[in-house]
Amino acid sequence: MSEPFLIGDSMTGGYGKGPDILHDCTIAVNPGEIAVIVGPNGAGKSTAMKAVFGMLNVRSGTVRLGGEDITSLSPQDRVIKGMGFVPQTSNIFTSMTVEENLEMGAFIRTDDISETMEQVYELFPILRDKRAQPAGELSGGQRQQVAVGRALMTKPKVLMLDEPTAGVSPIVMDELFDRIIEVARTGLPILMVEQNAKQALEIADKGYVLVQGRNAYTGTGQELLADPEVRKSFLGG
Amino acid sequence: MTDTMKHSLMFVAVGTLILLEGLTNWSFFSGSWNSSLVILNMGLISAIMALGVNLQWGFAGLFNVGIMGFTALGGLAVVLTATPPTPGAWSAGGPGVIMAMVMGALTVVSAVAVTRMLPKGRMRGLLMLAILIIGFVIYRALFDPAIGAIEAINPAISGNIGGLGWPVILSWPVGGLLAAGAAWLIGKTALGLRSDYLAIATLGIAEIIIAILKNEDWLSRGVKNVVGLPRPLPFEVDLQNDPAFVERAAGIGLDPVLASTLYVKLGYAVLFSVVLLALLWMAQMALKSPWGRMMRAIRDNEVAAQAMGKNVTKRHLQIFVLGSAICGIAGAMMTTLDGQLTPGTYNPLRFTFLIWVMVIVGGSGNNFGSVLGGFLIWFLWIKVEPMSLELIGLLTSGMGEDSFLRGHLMENAAHMRLFTMGLILLLVLRFSPRGLIPEK
Amino acid sequence: MDFLNAIVALTNFVMIPAVAYGSQLALGALGVTLIYSILRFSNFAHGDTMAFGTMMTILVTWLFQSWGINLGPLPTALLALPFGILATMALVLVTDRTVYRFYRDQKAKPVVFVMVSLGVMFMMNGLVRFIIGPGDQRFADGERFIIKARAFKEMTGLREGLAIKTTQGITVVTAIVVVALLFWFLNKTRTGKSMRAYSDNEDLALLSGINPERVVMYTWLIVATLATIAGVLYGLDKSFKPFTYFQLLLPIFASAIVGGLGSPQGAIAGGFIIAFSEVTITYAWKKVLRYLMPDNLDPDGLVQLLSTDYKFAVSFAILIIVLLFKPTGLFKGKSV
Repeated sequence: MSEPFLIGDSMTGGYGKGPDILHDCTIAVNPGEIAVIVGPNGAGKSTAMKAVFGMLNVRSGTVRLGGEDITSLSPQDRVIKGMGFVPQTSNIFTSMTVEENLEMGAFIRTDDISETMEQVYELFPILRDKRAQPAGELSGGQRQQVAVGRALMTKPKVLMLDEPTAGVSPIVMDELFDRIIEVARTGLPILMVEQNAKQALEIADKGYVLVQGRNAYTGTGQELLADPEVRKSFLGG
Repeated sequence: MTDTMKHSLMFVAVGTLILLEGLTNWSFFSGSWNSSLVILNMGLISAIMALGVNLQWGFAGLFNVGIMGFTALGGLAVVLTATPPTPGAWSAGGPGVIMAMVMGALTVVSAVAVTRMLPKGRMRGLLMLAILIIGFVIYRALFDPAIGAIEAINPAISGNIGGLGWPVILSWPVGGLLAAGAAWLIGKTALGLRSDYLAIATLGIAEIIIAILKNEDWLSRGVKNVVGLPRPLPFEVDLQNDPAFVERAAGIGLDPVLASTLYVKLGYAVLFSVVLLALLWMAQMALKSPWGRMMRAIRDNEVAAQAMGKNVTKRHLQIFVLGSAICGIAGAMMTTLDGQLTPGTYNPLRFTFLIWVMVIVGGSGNNFGSVLGGFLIWFLWIKVEPMSLELIGLLTSGMGEDSFLRGHLMENAAHMRLFTMGLILLLVLRFSPRGLIPEK
Repeated sequence: MDFLNAIVALTNFVMIPAVAYGSQLALGALGVTLIYSILRFSNFAHGDTMAFGTMMTILVTWLFQSWGINLGPLPTALLALPFGILATMALVLVTDRTVYRFYRDQKAKPVVFVMVSLGVMFMMNGLVRFIIGPGDQRFADGERFIIKARAFKEMTGLREGLAIKTTQGITVVTAIVVVALLFWFLNKTRTGKSMRAYSDNEDLALLSGINPERVVMYTWLIVATLATIAGVLYGLDKSFKPFTYFQLLLPIFASAIVGGLGSPQGAIAGGFIIAFSEVTITYAWKKVLRYLMPDNLDPDGLVQLLSTDYKFAVSFAILIIVLLFKPTGLFKGKSV
């Protein structure tokens, strides 16, 4: 198997000097793919993603982006390298307008951003209508769109989403997933942590089931959905 | 070297500094025992204030920058307790003032009651406004003639309500009570606020208390000052006229004037030490008691303490009142020592923020640290001026005697002490944030 | 006629002074609120920063005056102002480097920052007194009045005069220009937006590649500018005395908190609310009421609600009322 575009390879580590939460955990994603991390509560799903993004002390193992070892870079430097990250909470500037949120997303860019902003508006048409409104006044689903749009503004090479559907209604969730698929179709690799395992695996090209910070099952979304073990333990039969 | 030994050595060192002030006139020391005792006495008072602030900040994490106000209330207590009553003042204005006060209190109480009882809306707002306006008008109608009558009585020497004529020592606990009462009122309204809001609120209260002392002539003679307050010790002049005292002074080889001044200052030092030791002992007992442990638990994690069923606001109110009362006692002692109440001289830099420097430098959360900080910082506050004069003299010794820069620097050297206090505070916060004697 | 006289008296003794004072407070409160929203602490050294900036401006003013440079009818201090601002910028940047940055790296609690700002306050206060002394300094020169009371009376034939001091006019005009520039900067420029973003959501700002040290630096530069301008305007209008500037801390904080700490709009609104309340409550209304009441109801007292020495009490009472009923201030501020 060739080297994936982004890989967190055999990562072991925890927050600060605290105990290890991840144990020899591997997560990878390739262009055009949606990779989903699922697992029970406290399995270290978000932690695994944060490890890939550099918000965690990775004591052994490496993180590589496009073949380059970025294990020692800070999250900010990883953004510059082309990683877009959408945190689970506080992921928008609530007091600023939608358009300003997008502008701030593109803060590190010095070139013309209007084209990228146009693309984001095409992807999320509702944002175009609300561009002059403070983002904090939008509904939950719209806020998540602002958050994803903000991350897209850097023209990232890979997009990472931490539970993008947390706290939104099932209808909004379906719509968000549709948008995410659309983003993936542009060729952008997407790594996503999801609580709603079943729906997420349905759209996933690759799925990682984590249990207690270790890789428990790995496969395509369909394989995992079909795996009786996985079904029994996480998907409720 | 054990900690206890190290800390004792620090006390010895500060004590030595104060002794040297009396023993030698080398460098910035003056070689005057009078000056040494003045520093000691104010050091004792400062230590008590620092103890009070440490109670609030070190035990409970309350950020009170209104110390000046409580100190000034202590000073007012001396006037109201110890001075002789002004003849005729009570009959002239007493009832009016009391009725005005009652009216004011009634206004506030009924305004609060209206807020509590009526539903929110325009009706409530208008009613409250009406109560406040009518109440204020009646209050002023009662108050103005009453204080006018009081202030008209012999304005050159009194013109105020006077006091109860009690022994002046009694004014110290009264000062504590007065400060405690004010602290209770403030605490009731402001203690729920965030730490920096509480700071601004207390800062404001202190300014208001000073404004009252400066303006309410009927109470404290305002900026006309109250001088000649009674004192707990004999006057120097009386001692000098007392043959027995003069004889005893001659017996130890002192001239009567020096002996009398030293005798009085030593007397104050003994009185103040007794108060300091008593308060220190109580503060230590409190710190070690379950109550003190709970306080520190609340300070370190308010949410957890609340979850465990502790009434955080109530505990905070308790300690806020206690700490402020201690500042009030110290304020009364200070006014007694000065022999006069001069509302115009209260300045937050000296009476609030300097005490904070003492607490932080000494070690917040440690009673002994606060006491040490009180002595050390007070010594420096007095001595930084001659020190910087010495330093500037040395640095500019190359310049001519009539050099403008040299003259300017020498003239303004006095202001170096604020600068130095700030520097000390910053250095301690940076390199030894837990202070000289850290909390255990 | 009486009604017009009353209006003029009101404008002359209440409105104009309050507008000028309100502008000065608003500029001061803007500085406090910016520090609060970016560095997240209440800066007790702000009054003394204002004093430092004003002092530097005064020194340069004296220098210009000794050279014979002046601005004709306008005060020379306006010419010296940029130099005062530059000096203050240098001072606050050095302070930030040597003092505050250490605690930022440590992610110290806000109350530690407040303590540290107390130390800075002492040092700046000492520095200012050391250089210029603790006394009163007047440095306004040029034309004293835009409209003189007597000229106004002759012009209108009214009994009441209306006087507008040059310094009051300058205060209001400068404040409008400065506030407009500040809002343009915060809302339209990339750096300004990055400051708002940082204030709104620090972690996300970091993720967006906003450099916190740059944001902090720009904040200090703006605060130095605002503080110096506020201080110089206040000094021109009244007089400069280090201790008065230290005491301005209370009405300035009251303005910022009443408006909502962290909200620039709030700081401006708060400044005017505090100024108007202080002036109206401590003003002796006799002069105005005399014209409005029938003769037999002429007020015999001064009709002054509180003596002017209680102006702190006014700021403070408003502060407490707002904190009790609307703890985040009139414009929703942030709470740390």
